[in-house]
Amino acid sequence: MPTETDQLLRRILTDVLGLKAGQAEGFTAETGLFGHLPELDSMAVAGLLTEMEDRLDIMIEDDEIDGELLETYGSLLAFAEAKRASA
Amino acid sequence: MTPAAWPCPTPDGGSAEEYALCCDRGRARRLLIVPALFDEANRLRRLTVEVMRRLDGAGIDSILPDLPGCNESLQPLEAQTPMGWRAAMAAAAAHFGATHVLGIRGGAMLTPGPLPGWHYAPSKGASILRQLIRARILASRETGISESQDSLLEQGLAKGLELAGFRLGPVLLGEFQGLTPVPGARIVDQDTIGGGGLWLRADPGEDRDQADALAAVLAIGIAA
Repeated sequence: MPTETDQLLRRILTDVLGLKAGQAEGFTAETGLFGHLPELDSMAVAGLLTEMEDRLDIMIEDDEIDGELLETYGSLLAFAEAKRASA
Repeated sequence: MTPAAWPCPTPDGGSAEEYALCCDRGRARRLLIVPALFDEANRLRRLTVEVMRRLDGAGIDSILPDLPGCNESLQPLEAQTPMGWRAAMAAAAAHFGATHVLGIRGGAMLTPGPLPGWHYAPSKGASILRQLIRARILASRETGISESQDSLLEQGLAKGLELAGFRLGPVLLGEFQGLTPVPGARIVDQDTIGGGGLWLRADPGEDRDQADALAAVLAIGIAA
């Protein structure tokens, strides 16, 4: 059963990357994000993080953002889950 | 759809020519569209123009003026201020005889108050600024330079700041932080339009269904 955060995060990535409906459903923990998806430049990453803040009701500090966080879907989801648990 | 020139007030009390994209057949119902700001203006330009085409078919004229310092404008962006932009949009509304207004995203902070109108997915100055600064921090980090929101903002308030290729002056940065949408407009949120907001996309795109939905909301509202 996907968690609410999981579902919201797939929706956010669908909107930011302009994915087709259902495409984000195929993401696994190992699906590569930054570096694998050519669309994710710094402006898009900034938009993605701001959208995560708004829709997941979390605050992300700029120094929390590093390459590892955006490496895979799994690492981004783990970060979002931890943020929401501590919010 | 044709470009038209209009006289725009400048900060020194003078006037400079600016462009507007117009669907103007001299009809009674005339919508002024205040565009989205900065990078979002580029990503939403296609949608905006597609909405204008649909409104034209519905018997409504529309005018999309450039904000001074943006798009085709010859004015320096660095010298612009939010209050100057509001004055510019009020001048455009008067020049073109607008009867209604639409503000898109950050443009919702600049719509001429007296006109009845809509705000599509309005955003606040502080969040636009935060995102632009964040993009700069991420881009700088890739080149090994460490920057922070606070230090960049401090630097910007003193001598201006370049964010995502836009050179913003100290007055704009200062006023922008507290700027919010002009009250009184009806809000059109993304759930009404359907799909994901095109301003979120990494690349400029277009969406026929979204253009249909936004044009329908406007056409029905203007006819009422």
